[in-house]
Amino acid sequence: MKKYSHLLPNELKVEDMMKILGINKIESLYEDVPQQSLLKELPKIPGPFSQMEIERLTKNVLKNVSVHPDSPCFLGGGIWPHYIPPAVDAISSRSEFYTSYTPYQPEVSQGILQALFEYQSMICDLTHMDAANASMYDWATAAAEAARMAIRVTKRKDLLVAMNAGYERRRVIQTYLEPIASRILQIPYDKRTGRIDMKEADRLIKSADVAAVYVEQPNFFGAIETSIKEISELVHSRAGLLIVGVEPTSLGLLKPPGDYGADIVVGEGQPLGIPMNYGGPSLGIFAVKGDISFIRQMPGRIIGITTEKKSERKGYVMVLQSREQHIRREKATSNICTNQALMAVRAAAYMALLGPLGFRRLSQVITSNSHYTAKLIRETKEYEAPYFESEFYSDFTILPTTKKTRGRALYEYLTKRGVNAALPLDWFYEELKDVSMISVTEVHLKEDVNRLLNCLVEAE
Amino acid sequence: MVYRQAAWDEKLLKEYSSKGRTGFVPPDPIGEEVELSIPKELKRDDVELPSLTELQVIRHFVRLSQMNYSVDTGMYPLGSCTMKYNPKLNEKIASDPKINDAHPYQHHSTVQGILSILFDLSNWLAEISGTDKVSLLPAAGAHGEFVGVLMIRKYHQANGRSDKTQIIIPDSAHGTNPASAAMAGFDVVTVPSNANGLVDMEKLKGLVGPKTAGMMMTVPNTLGLFEKDVLAISKLIHDNGGLMYYDGANMNAILGRVRPGDLGFDIVHMNIHKTFSTPHGGGGPGSGPVGVKSFLADYLPVPRLVKKENTYTWVYDSPNTIGFIKGCYGNIGVLVRAFAYLLTLGPKGLLDVSSQAVLSSNYLMKKLDPTHYSLPFAKDVPRKHEFVVSARPLVDKGGSALKVSKAILDYGLHSPTVYFPLIVNEALMVEPSESEPVENLDEYAMVMNEIGDTLSRDPSRLDDAPKNTAVASLDEAKASHPLTIALNWKKIAGKE
Repeated sequence: MKKYSHLLPNELKVEDMMKILGINKIESLYEDVPQQSLLKELPKIPGPFSQMEIERLTKNVLKNVSVHPDSPCFLGGGIWPHYIPPAVDAISSRSEFYTSYTPYQPEVSQGILQALFEYQSMICDLTHMDAANASMYDWATAAAEAARMAIRVTKRKDLLVAMNAGYERRRVIQTYLEPIASRILQIPYDKRTGRIDMKEADRLIKSADVAAVYVEQPNFFGAIETSIKEISELVHSRAGLLIVGVEPTSLGLLKPPGDYGADIVVGEGQPLGIPMNYGGPSLGIFAVKGDISFIRQMPGRIIGITTEKKSERKGYVMVLQSREQHIRREKATSNICTNQALMAVRAAAYMALLGPLGFRRLSQVITSNSHYTAKLIRETKEYEAPYFESEFYSDFTILPTTKKTRGRALYEYLTKRGVNAALPLDWFYEELKDVSMISVTEVHLKEDVNRLLNCLVEAE
Repeated sequence: MVYRQAAWDEKLLKEYSSKGRTGFVPPDPIGEEVELSIPKELKRDDVELPSLTELQVIRHFVRLSQMNYSVDTGMYPLGSCTMKYNPKLNEKIASDPKINDAHPYQHHSTVQGILSILFDLSNWLAEISGTDKVSLLPAAGAHGEFVGVLMIRKYHQANGRSDKTQIIIPDSAHGTNPASAAMAGFDVVTVPSNANGLVDMEKLKGLVGPKTAGMMMTVPNTLGLFEKDVLAISKLIHDNGGLMYYDGANMNAILGRVRPGDLGFDIVHMNIHKTFSTPHGGGGPGSGPVGVKSFLADYLPVPRLVKKENTYTWVYDSPNTIGFIKGCYGNIGVLVRAFAYLLTLGPKGLLDVSSQAVLSSNYLMKKLDPTHYSLPFAKDVPRKHEFVVSARPLVDKGGSALKVSKAILDYGLHSPTVYFPLIVNEALMVEPSESEPVENLDEYAMVMNEIGDTLSRDPSRLDDAPKNTAVASLDEAKASHPLTIALNWKKIAGKE
């Protein structure tokens, strides 16, 4: 018995099986491999270990990792701590879902197909868009694919990106656009409000060969943009497109992007019932508004409803596959194949559980908690909170007014005190050296906020 | 085998909805209630989600799961997808709150344990693939391919060879290869397969030239055949200043026996969800780490995980990097499962896995009736972890690969990949994996042969297949037709 014998049912059948094939050694199956390339010795990796040993070993390795709530986490900026209803885990742990693959045989895959169709439907409900795909890898790659789609559709070359959009999103867009004829123009943010500088936006949109404008709502600083409708009108008057990036729980209170002119909505689906998992797997939201020819330019899998060939009984299938790599090869709209389907199932379960009441209430609780925390920080009289003079949702900026410990030093100080908070914006903006960001959601209790406050006050 | 899949006429969530219900109640605010102070026109009126209780949601998704075939349900020999068993230990390891609840922007000192797992895993994958440096960032195989071809692009740019604009790809390749190369701005040049199902060396020589930026290959290829001329191909491409890219979709065939890096490949992606036993999740998430030879290490995406004086940290500065390719650091939850899997197998386990995967594939192929299923190309050459047969002999009698695939479903088995690779008529691509007991291989062969017999004698008997599944044959044309297409439930009549 080997430590992995539970995974190899034919260990003791190898001889019999070889006999059927008329061979007496496994190597006979590898005679066409260049013999000089065969490994002389096995790869040097540890193991094998028993299951018990692996559990013990991993626990030991992870022993010193400190996470919420033991070390309260007030970090956001693209991935956020949220409470996940246990029912979400119960659903995504159904191994009928998680051990299946892309539903190439729809007759035996109605479960995942309907679940993904419902995910798409609820994303459309939340965003007021016409069609969503069944998932992208994450927000950043969804934004990058949206940018490529816009350039492809409009045959223009300029993508205007708001500087107050997330740093990683902007960088991934840059990587994805590098191979195609395109130019990225940055729309600055207003130094006082942190919101888009409308004067500059106006100037850039009017002077550029604009394919699309990419903005986020709320923006990376957590501030709620107030002029996207104007941007929408501007960019559409120039026959360009509007791409809006969203944090989905904010849509419990904020106007859906489909109502203010978004042609493509992207976003991070992680807040919809997906653990942070140190950043992945998460879920890229991708939805569009437009006619079928526009929908056809979307990347990724799309699920549609149909009927049985010989009856009116409904069923679900992958649709518009002629856009995809396995059919269109180098002419495909994207190379994406494996996506984040199980994360989309989690998001579907989460949205269904919360429903309109829970969803709206969640947005309301997050708003209340973040404003309460900001108020307490402000009342220490040692910080501006928020630093940017704008209404905000879950994330807000702070600037020490009396402390020497600021920026990166503040983040490190808090870390040492066992609080994961105060993301230094200096990582992403050199002009914001002393500004930090705090993120508050429904997972934070008063005691968490008190710990944060004590540390902020005690920082020298 | 008698099989009846659950066949609920399961309504849509919104058809169960009743105003005022909820399946989750958020905690109360910790301070006073605060309303967003924004103009009314920025505020939302209603949230149009369905209203259900927790039980209703659970029951809905449990019923859906019962209408979903999976590896845990039965044999799933979908070619090129490596649907091996996903050990439950992996799931347990990946559900540790120390991983689940870690935020990506936490200070590196607070997540050293996670980083050490990632660091070790990347080293093991380098060792297994014969590369020097591995990035765990890519979220899937195709994402790894995109990263790989971007590196090829950057490498040639750095060497002043922006005139290298072509990527050569065999006609048997996965569709992601040409799609990835095109996304990175390359022209795709297709090299045909020869009569043995391998890259045609003579044709390849005619296609290689100063414009050649590189070549993408899958070894063994999608026919399950090992590209025996791979060393000569690598040399030819390298002699012309090109780079060799290895598509790791079929790596389960060669684990522990031969390494892509030793076959001349400069860039290698690995499919964690295939070779390294992590679940396919109904379509994802997967993970597609990319390994490179040391001369390309500077081009890898950022951030990069480094170890300095026993501390792990992320490094973002690198002058030649292709840049950021996704948010954060990769699909960590998937990668830790592969960590557990490799610890389970150890060095010898790798070899046992690939050996038994290849043995099972050849065994199953041998058991198929050649009068129904013909073997295209190189009849005497053993296949590797998968094989492709053609249902062509059944066509004249009224059968087809499609009919075979649908009939298989009625036995409680999943069908092979069909109509791929494109170079085989009526292709059925079978990959049993090392996880299936030989009795199941026998049963699968018997089922395929029985279906072949039926189609030969009276194909109309299978016209209504599948009939034991949740739904019968679906109208896919209608689903994609501009007049009937429905991509969300708004277009479907249903009470609120």
